[in-house]
Amino acid sequence: MGKIEWAMWANEQALASGLILLTGGIVGVAGQFRGWQFAAYAVAAGVFVCLLEYPRSKRSKGTSMARTGQYCFTVCVKAFGPLTRNYYVRAFLHAAICVPGGFMLATVLGCVCLGIASLIYLAAAIHGEHWEPILPRKEIRKPVDSVKNPPQNPPPRPPPEMHRKRVDDLEGAAYDNPMTVTDE
Amino acid sequence: MGNWIINHGLTSFILVVWMGINIFLFVWFYFFYDLGPQFFYTRHLLGSALAWARAPAAVLNFNCLLILLPVCRNLLSLIRGSFMCCGRTMRKQLDKNLSFHKLVAYMIGLMTAVHMIAHLLNVEWYNNSRQGVYDKLSTALSNLEDTDSTTYLNPIRKTDIIPTYFVFTTIAGLTGVIITLALILIITSSMEVIRRSYFEVFWYTHHLFIIFFAGLVFHGAGRIVRSQQTTDPVHNVTFCKDRSDEWGRIPECPIPQFAGGFPQTWMWVIGPMILYLCERLVRFIRYMQRVTYRKIVMRPSKVLELQLVKSGFKMEVGQYVFLNCPAISQLEWHPFTMTSAPEEDFFSVHIRSAGDWTDKLIDIVQKLPEGAQGPKMGVDGPFGTASEDVFDYEVSMLVGAGIGVTPFASILKSIWYKFKESNPKLRTRKIYFYWLCRETHAFEWFADLLQVLEKEMEERGMGDFLTYKLYLTGWDQSTAHHVRVRFDQDTDAVTGLKQKTHYGRPIWDKEFEQVRKENPTSVVGTFLCGPEALGKVLEKKCVKYSDVDPRKTKFYFNKENF
Repeated sequence: MGKIEWAMWANEQALASGLILLTGGIVGVAGQFRGWQFAAYAVAAGVFVCLLEYPRSKRSKGTSMARTGQYCFTVCVKAFGPLTRNYYVRAFLHAAICVPGGFMLATVLGCVCLGIASLIYLAAAIHGEHWEPILPRKEIRKPVDSVKNPPQNPPPRPPPEMHRKRVDDLEGAAYDNPMTVTDE
Repeated sequence: MGNWIINHGLTSFILVVWMGINIFLFVWFYFFYDLGPQFFYTRHLLGSALAWARAPAAVLNFNCLLILLPVCRNLLSLIRGSFMCCGRTMRKQLDKNLSFHKLVAYMIGLMTAVHMIAHLLNVEWYNNSRQGVYDKLSTALSNLEDTDSTTYLNPIRKTDIIPTYFVFTTIAGLTGVIITLALILIITSSMEVIRRSYFEVFWYTHHLFIIFFAGLVFHGAGRIVRSQQTTDPVHNVTFCKDRSDEWGRIPECPIPQFAGGFPQTWMWVIGPMILYLCERLVRFIRYMQRVTYRKIVMRPSKVLELQLVKSGFKMEVGQYVFLNCPAISQLEWHPFTMTSAPEEDFFSVHIRSAGDWTDKLIDIVQKLPEGAQGPKMGVDGPFGTASEDVFDYEVSMLVGAGIGVTPFASILKSIWYKFKESNPKLRTRKIYFYWLCRETHAFEWFADLLQVLEKEMEERGMGDFLTYKLYLTGWDQSTAHHVRVRFDQDTDAVTGLKQKTHYGRPIWDKEFEQVRKENPTSVVGTFLCGPEALGKVLEKKCVKYSDVDPRKTKFYFNKENF
């Protein structure tokens, strides 16, 4: 298990808040509630928060679990560099985004949730965490062995006990090929 | 299809019943509020949003009743015990308690969303009619008032407030917002990624359920959903609805009287709440009981073995206990599978260094002087899982992956004790044991155990009773090379056991085919303790290789949940 990464929870919370904000906004606009302009704002804010939070960060230790199809979002979010990397920025961003949501009932819940997400992000930032993109691991290709190179250790090979080099007898431990092998 | 019924029949039946009750409640209450004549005027203000709010509320009541039950582990143990006569299919359902808990939780989440959206509309529309935005009847209905203010219809009593103010100043609104917030926090912190990696966050946040249930009980106390009461003479809505000016003045249309519905939610949830309280009380009593250390062994690869003794403690194979070490944390209970056999006069757990809690425990234990008692340990349990059914099957296929071999330590030990005493309870004739492992270092203790068993069985000439196969999934060229060289030796190069280790994953089709061939008429129990993905594979294979003919081989799938 190990150290708690608060940002992981903050991310789940923020994503949920984004969805709640979006839902509240849609209800507000569709129902033409009084002050539906705030609801329209909530729709935009909800979509923005969801897009920003969809790509999950890499975990500092252990296997990272990417969300389905988050790769292209990861690339976009990564493009903003330190702005999206730093969790202080996210904490303040979410705190700022959530404020107008408080002016109308339909978006109040989303606003409070996002506020909580912002607090958790603040905790994450204080613990020194930051967002890291999950990118597909680049295969490190080993240089293909040229066929022309002769095998370094051709048979007959010694039994495995002999593999371990005897420290007291370095010369005896060195293995020499029974016949010289050269490149043609 | 027949195969599918053997393995999934009862589970599906339970789910269908559950879903059926949900649908029934939804539809029933939807039409109750959508067609009921006592809600005619309420509907005039709110439209179908009234029914859309009330129908999910009924489903929520039912699911909030259910959600606490699957997590009462002592209660489940009790039920399991009394089901001993009813066969294993029934008892097996109890092992899926956490899946059911999650399913109910999803339903609560969905219904909360519908309920909340409907109420957002309700509050807005109540407020609008209060302010006279709609037709004459709506305004008239909203203006209804009496001296005690008890027979009104519109719960918004002032004309100059905003919906937010109304919500935060009424019992229903305020508790609703609070419990929804609690629910959201609970849900976001129980996502797979958090639950698996940062258990503490999940564990502590889940205790917001106290707030949730407290709020839920009082949620209906405001009696905001109001229905028309029978008056004398009767207020006939079809006749009077267009004569709101004359209400109270003509005898046919007295002023309509309204009253709030009796709050019902508490009646639904009070039973499970009391049960859960008893559950926590039992846990607390268990925590207070004295536990002594018989032996503390530090195994290689940072594995700690604790042998504990507790009076009155009786275990079955493959069960687990919850441990609480107040020196580390007062509140955290962690599950550990017991590795001792019921025949032994103590119970043991093997604790591998895997996180904060285990690391701290190992740290404390290592600092102890020789022969001293360990830190105070609270033990809750034992709790049963499927593997106690192992002896009921003629043939058992045990599959342990990684750390998942632990329950099988207990099973194998117990089998060998039972064999020694020729216990008549043992129906098992043959055991196939598959051990899948990335690397064996952390499980050296288990290989030791297998080695002892192997020797004992050979001495008694029962070598073919236990067939075990080891699969090393993480291997590289050097291991393979090492093995090739030692190919003709008697014992395995990695584990020192008689059976040779296989490399890579098992080909299940081949294994199942072989088991079926060797046991053409048996009921085979397949037991897995390991990852979800493997469970899916094995479950499918069990279905595939089961025969509908009751005389032929049948595979039952069992899984341990963690």
